[in-house]
Amino acid sequence: MYVAVKGGETAIANAHRLLADRRRGDRNLPAITIEQLIEQLGLGVDRVMAEASLFDRSLAALALKQSRGDMIEAIFLLRAYRTTLPRFGTSKPVETGSMQVERRVSATYKDLPGGQLLGPTFDYTHRLLDPSLLEDGMVDQAVERPGTPDHVMRVSDILDGEGLIEPDGEMPEDHVAGDLTREPMEFPMQRDLRLQALARGDEGFLLALAYSTQRGYGRTHPFVGEIRMGLVEVELEVPELGFTVSLGEIRVTECQMVNQFKGSAKAPPQFTRGYGLVFGQSERKAMAMSLVDRALRADEFGEDRLAPAQDEEFVISHCDNVQATGFVEHLKLPHYVDFQAELDLVRRMRARHAAEMNRDIDKEAAE
Amino acid sequence: MSELAAYNFAYLDEQTKRMIRRAILKAIAIPGYQVPFASREMPMPYGWGTGGVQVTASIIGPDDVLKVIDQGADDTTNAVSIRAFFQKVAEVAVTTHTGEATIIQTRHRIPEETLKEGQVLVYQVPIPEPLRFLEPRETETRKMHALEEYGLMHVKLYEDIARHGRIATTYAYPVKVHGRYVMDPSPTPKFDNPKMHRSEALQLFGAGREKRIYAVPPHTDVVSLDFEDHPFEIQTFDKPCALCGANHVYLDEIVLDDGGKRMFVCSDTDFCETRRAEGHTGEMLAPSQEAAE
Repeated sequence: MYVAVKGGETAIANAHRLLADRRRGDRNLPAITIEQLIEQLGLGVDRVMAEASLFDRSLAALALKQSRGDMIEAIFLLRAYRTTLPRFGTSKPVETGSMQVERRVSATYKDLPGGQLLGPTFDYTHRLLDPSLLEDGMVDQAVERPGTPDHVMRVSDILDGEGLIEPDGEMPEDHVAGDLTREPMEFPMQRDLRLQALARGDEGFLLALAYSTQRGYGRTHPFVGEIRMGLVEVELEVPELGFTVSLGEIRVTECQMVNQFKGSAKAPPQFTRGYGLVFGQSERKAMAMSLVDRALRADEFGEDRLAPAQDEEFVISHCDNVQATGFVEHLKLPHYVDFQAELDLVRRMRARHAAEMNRDIDKEAAE
Repeated sequence: MSELAAYNFAYLDEQTKRMIRRAILKAIAIPGYQVPFASREMPMPYGWGTGGVQVTASIIGPDDVLKVIDQGADDTTNAVSIRAFFQKVAEVAVTTHTGEATIIQTRHRIPEETLKEGQVLVYQVPIPEPLRFLEPRETETRKMHALEEYGLMHVKLYEDIARHGRIATTYAYPVKVHGRYVMDPSPTPKFDNPKMHRSEALQLFGAGREKRIYAVPPHTDVVSLDFEDHPFEIQTFDKPCALCGANHVYLDEIVLDDGGKRMFVCSDTDFCETRRAEGHTGEMLAPSQEAAE
């Protein structure tokens, strides 16, 4: 006799227990600590914070530990926590012009006020595996400039002096920056919301789209005007107090891409810009974001929208990796009710097909 | 970090619940219209019922009795997981009996037992837009709904008939609600479509990833799209349920061995168990009954 499948509850509980066991791994090895993750896998922690839209290193590291290093799972964990937090205000726009710069490079000028500052970069390292890291060897202290770094002028301000580049965008006086984690998305989007979606969008997806614009699918002729990474202050205006309070400093990476623009009947020839801003140190993401941002502004400059990277609905609807992974992976949930419906249809259609074939054969035989 | 564990009743904060309730009220006021809402990140993945869970979390109270089904069954893993979630964050009573539940959250099925006044059926919806696979752009499909421009859908159904001799849509079969909006009933088999028509229960649809809520209020017309010469028809099964002997119910095909032996049993597990408790038996149960005698 057939006995219906039962026991989902126990199976789930046991699976989770096994997962916890595998996460811990060999008990003879010390468990990895949150502090170790923050200190030694910091860029991974940064990515989790960026794509979860929550700046909290400890929680991001906890998520990374809990997810066994699965980035998207960690991002998901942190977002599911973030969504339960109340939103008590909107900070003032961060002033990246007064960033305490740890890295700042420009590809458009050989030298410029403030200089080129390489900072902690993988650039120009030779990608040779380093056997010395197999042991816990001594690492030399970094050589750093004494004193606090000066505020460094933004490259866009240099070009703006001559009117060669479009100025910083203007929003209407009463505009409150949108929040796509609190309001439903609607297309077409305002640029503030679009940038928000890109800032929490999947690094890999944005990288591929950005790459596609360089290979001719929505070409934008980009130059890196400037990449800067460092600490910026987050300030909140408290209406009850009537003044601004500082909430602290966060590390961000900003990329300003400078793009060619031939000008139109309305605007003189001028460089345009694509913008990228990401929590933590993530140059790849900031650069990809700025390329995609510029590509998505096609309508503003009367460019034909032909390539995927220029298609707002396509890019924004698919750049969220938590949404994407959920929907792709939901295919492993049972679908047998629908599959049964399809089975039934295919059987009926095959029966009809067979009947028609037989009829044709009979007809031919009779002729 | 201990405050991490402190969550509000039914997980969502009250502001969020209020926002979702507003969307639900609007959806009830305009039957079949997809209301955008600010879907939250939930602690389960998108595509696994986040829309339904948010709707349920917004309407559930301490007195409610909750039933959760997936594929018609109470014991499928995702149904178990969602039921456990609400037991944990809302401490509500749960049941597997359709008649006892005040809220039934479902994925892919409508229970066989006719729903009554006062019950709410919450559907988990993956793609709320019935026109999505005909027109991928949201900006376009919203216009089509606004203008009641549903020609494309009829052309698709007609093309099915021209190509296959019948309408080849077996689940998520489009319906027209209250004579106005074409609506996706979620991927329930078309077998369940007639149950939506003038149901006494309130039917709410939540799509979390796509951020849409829509509704069919009680006693509302829900008509499956068809043609005069190709009227809508539901699936039929050649045999009754092998366990409870029920006819005119939706059956799952169970593969019994590698020799092609199969049996068909009720997809609605509660319906099947209730019938068996009442003494109905299907062909697979009959022999063991005889042996006992």
